[in-house]
Amino acid sequence: MASNRDPFQFQEFEEAENLLDSHRDAVTISIEEEDLKSKSQRTAVGFSPDLTDEDPLGSDDKAELLGGQKKTAPFWTFEYYQTFFDVETHHVKERIIGSMLPWPGKNFIQVYLRKNPDLYGPFWICTTLVFATAICGNISNFLWYHGSPNYKYTPEFGKVTIAATAIFSYAWLVPLGLWGFLLWRNNKILNLVSYTFMEIVCVYGYSLSIYIPAVVLWILPYEWLRWCSIVVALCLSGSVLVMTFWPALRDDNPRVIMAVVSAIVLLNGLLAVGCKTYFFSKPDVEAHVSSSLKTEAVQSTLST
Amino acid sequence: MASAQEASRPFAAFSDVSIPEDIPVEGDISVPVAPSTRDDGLSTLDEPVKETVLRDLRAVGNKFVHVLYPKRSSVLLRDWDLWGPLLLCVTLALLLQGGAADSNDQGGPQFAEVFVIVWFGSIVITLNSKLLGGTLSFFQSLCVLGYCIMPLTVAMAVCRVVLFTTVETVGFAVRLLVVTASFGWSTFASTAFLADSQPANRKALVVYPVFLFYFVIGWMILTFSP
Repeated sequence: MASNRDPFQFQEFEEAENLLDSHRDAVTISIEEEDLKSKSQRTAVGFSPDLTDEDPLGSDDKAELLGGQKKTAPFWTFEYYQTFFDVETHHVKERIIGSMLPWPGKNFIQVYLRKNPDLYGPFWICTTLVFATAICGNISNFLWYHGSPNYKYTPEFGKVTIAATAIFSYAWLVPLGLWGFLLWRNNKILNLVSYTFMEIVCVYGYSLSIYIPAVVLWILPYEWLRWCSIVVALCLSGSVLVMTFWPALRDDNPRVIMAVVSAIVLLNGLLAVGCKTYFFSKPDVEAHVSSSLKTEAVQSTLST
Repeated sequence: MASAQEASRPFAAFSDVSIPEDIPVEGDISVPVAPSTRDDGLSTLDEPVKETVLRDLRAVGNKFVHVLYPKRSSVLLRDWDLWGPLLLCVTLALLLQGGAADSNDQGGPQFAEVFVIVWFGSIVITLNSKLLGGTLSFFQSLCVLGYCIMPLTVAMAVCRVVLFTTVETVGFAVRLLVVTASFGWSTFASTAFLADSQPANRKALVVYPVFLFYFVIGWMILTFSP
């Protein structure tokens, strides 16, 4: 608006919030299709201090111009799915780092995704986490039992399927439930912000990325270390998730807000604790010995 | 009769037309022989079966040599075939059998699991590189990924031999070294072929799944315990 540049020079028109920053009383109309209702409400309600730093990644020419024109291919064509892989290496790196370091005021979806949710990150982070959990669990079991006489090393390959089921269902079913819930609340209460399903899946996928170093840390057999790392990882990824969904829940009934926020954090923590318990627990060597003794006793009673 | 003669009269003038004998008429009225490729197509029908089989085997062996010395060549890409990957996958799956914990299900991977991991993993990586905008075709990628399992299969054979010596820690160190070296070799070989087909800002996005794939296969090889 207040631009000193040559009027014929190509200008990047940023989002409505930045324009509002300089002119608080102005009314701006944004022509992006999806958030039309929400943006006009935002300008009417007032400028929220959360959405200050809109452009930390530098200007990305394509992002805003094509914002309303993405994903027009029908879903049975290959090109439709290619739109979900329209990311570059530095985008993925920045999104991973942004999911590990929550910054107050930086909403992950608005700052990092910027209307370009990708499926590359969630899929490969989940796959890496599955294999990391299975492999590190195997290593930690081996290190724990190394040297004890009754232990026979097994690669425990069947646990990969269990890990895959657990992690992929968390990464897809919880976003589905959350998206459905937000849609339902949107009908009842006029929400400012609405997220698409792909954006929610993307946030959840990237929020699992902090568990990969945590899982590697769990190889060391110290219980206090494991619990500390769970708490730290839960805090970081939980706060990223909560800060992302806070604008969507802000205007709701306080009890609903509390319920949803605690459900998000609880499910995240449940996944972490469940993985730790199943893959990294140490069934006592005595249990092995006692079970083998029991089978011997049964066989001897059967034979007599 | 007379009218017929009358009718033929206008054409009588043409009876005087004759081709002078001193203008030579030249030309070649023979049909040109069909090009020799036609003959080659016919001739492979007549060749002995041994020749046919050996031609395919030579092609597969040629590609193995190219994996051994990975340099930028298009042999693997131009004439892709899936015999080599199938052979390698079956060999690897067979060598991974016979683990001690076969009877209980907490053991090593079963034959079908190795197959599924190798083929399903290759398909997923190929889809990933195509979705990211790669220029290789589907089967070319499968071919490259399958052939680059060869170093890991060789490592598996070496590991089985080493395991016969039953010296615990030294054997383990040797196996670890061999598997790590072959894993690095596989990844390097396949990225030499695959990375060129991607735009420059997405190379790492394509290489990482390949790294993960060979890492998991290397892990299966290393943890094999008889």
